[in-house]
Amino acid sequence: MLGIALKMLFRDRAKYAMLVCGLAFCSLLMCQQCSVFCGIMMWTTSTVRNIGAPVWIVDAKVEQANEVIPMRQIEVERVRSVHGVAWAVPLYIGIEQARLEDGSFQNVQLTGLDTGTLTGRPMEMQAGRIEDLRLPNAVVVDQVAVEKFLHKGIAIKLGTIFEINDQEARVVGICHVARSFLGQPYIYTTFDRAMEYAKPTRKQLSYVLAGPVPGVLDAELAARISKLPGLRAVTKDDLFWLTAWWYIKNTGIPISFGTVVLLGIIVGIAIAGQTFYLFVHDNLRYLAALKAMGARMHTLAAMVLLQAFSVGFIGYGIGVGLASWFGNAVLARETPPFFMPWQVPAFVAGVLIFICGFSAVIGLVKVARLEPAVVFR
Amino acid sequence: MSNLAIDVSDVVKSFPAGDTRTFALKGATLDARFGELMMIVGPSGCGKTTLLSVICGTLQCEEGTLTIFDRDLRKMKDSQITRFRCENVGFIFQQFNLIPTLTAVENASIPLVLNGHSQKESLRRAGEVMAEVGLGDKLHSYPSQLSGGQLQRVAISRALVHEPRLIICDEPTASLDAAAGQKTLDLLKSSALQPDRCVIVVTHDNRIYHFADRIAEMEDGRVIGIYEDPKDYHHA
Repeated sequence: MLGIALKMLFRDRAKYAMLVCGLAFCSLLMCQQCSVFCGIMMWTTSTVRNIGAPVWIVDAKVEQANEVIPMRQIEVERVRSVHGVAWAVPLYIGIEQARLEDGSFQNVQLTGLDTGTLTGRPMEMQAGRIEDLRLPNAVVVDQVAVEKFLHKGIAIKLGTIFEINDQEARVVGICHVARSFLGQPYIYTTFDRAMEYAKPTRKQLSYVLAGPVPGVLDAELAARISKLPGLRAVTKDDLFWLTAWWYIKNTGIPISFGTVVLLGIIVGIAIAGQTFYLFVHDNLRYLAALKAMGARMHTLAAMVLLQAFSVGFIGYGIGVGLASWFGNAVLARETPPFFMPWQVPAFVAGVLIFICGFSAVIGLVKVARLEPAVVFR
Repeated sequence: MSNLAIDVSDVVKSFPAGDTRTFALKGATLDARFGELMMIVGPSGCGKTTLLSVICGTLQCEEGTLTIFDRDLRKMKDSQITRFRCENVGFIFQQFNLIPTLTAVENASIPLVLNGHSQKESLRRAGEVMAEVGLGDKLHSYPSQLSGGQLQRVAISRALVHEPRLIICDEPTASLDAAAGQKTLDLLKSSALQPDRCVIVVTHDNRIYHFADRIAEMEDGRVIGIYEDPKDYHHA
């Protein structure tokens, strides 16, 4: 009877198309919006992921990675004194102003890496060598800088010169890193030179990056360092989630995306539920005839469930497929943000199962109440 | 085995109507034999269809005895009655009740599928039965592409395909013109009626009374007369 159930569904083309379109739209909306939301959350944590150090030490009042409360440089030595620390290096991160040769300005995120080790260096160099950062006035720019400068009419290449806070910066490399939340280009230089570029303040150390000796876990080391007065140490993963949750709790981003996802669920329930109810209602007389002819309730229930979940499965496939296609298209441009972890399609599948189950139950209630004798009326 | 296919005695069936109950059957008594086409006739609302529903087990009566093929339907569980109906009863409905999104042969194959036959085997057998009723060239037509007479022949094929022992027909000619109605009854009598089978037809179409072997006349929830010769009912 399941084959017959599928024929009944697929050959009722108008309702079948409406059901599939409704569920596909619902899946697309949820999947795309959740993925863009995850993409934004990834952008908020780009600094953590780009630098990649196992343990981050910040001022005790810092709540997330994009919030910098400068510390004294002596903190690096204090961290190094903690038992279990294999290495500890300074890191500078600050928003500075770059002036281009045509006189236009561009805000940049200046990242000063430890001069000796270049810890936190970009993983992917597209041109030049990261070691050349040790040359005078050398900087490495990311792909966003290339795009933004090109937009202002300046094609950045190795050797291009511009100014950061009135001091010369010469491009010795172009790298590819994760975009920052505010879309500012990352400019890499050494920590010492970053101190020269940055406006002088009493405290200039943004972060201390540290790593444990063999046999000590990152979390264990972070706990030990956190005992130092005025400092807070977190592992890379913890800082990632602290940052993501900070944006979820303190911005309107989740509400705006959540509203769209909720609308997707409501649209799905409304369209799929109503259309499936109509589909079952229109077939009620025939289901009653089947019941009279000896179809058991569980056979009819299996037919209705198969019909509901078939359209759900097809709609889900189309919706998630379209969202993935959208994602692939935007990933090439890297904007808008798009990141689809497995939890997103799993969440959408869960919602679709609920919608299809809800629709099927509405239909099943009608079928269960059906008197087979109704066919004689 | 007795020659009686159906033995219904003093059957009572009522339906709720507000605070009271309306009695559709008030002690109906009827029997039908193997190899017989029994017609149940009477005015609208006399209880014909309710009696038919009770006989085939789609409705349960409150009182009386109900023996079909020597089995007491009143002592059977719902699931047993459903199984019994699936194996032993073929249905021909007034409105045909053919599923519009299935082809004629797919519609006709349903009872076999319900009885656990494979879809391929069911379609093959349904095709053979449809060919026997003259619809060999309409196997893959949808109900919307068939005339009223053809639809009823598909319904007959569906009723016969699993070789049930009881064929239940509810107003089989109500949706047909006179000629198609006569052809349908001709077909029903020639194809459906077998020595080990019983056909019950509920109708108030007096143009087909002559096809009956016996006629049971109902009025006000009771069988008030059984006529051994249809002509006797005409003259009564």
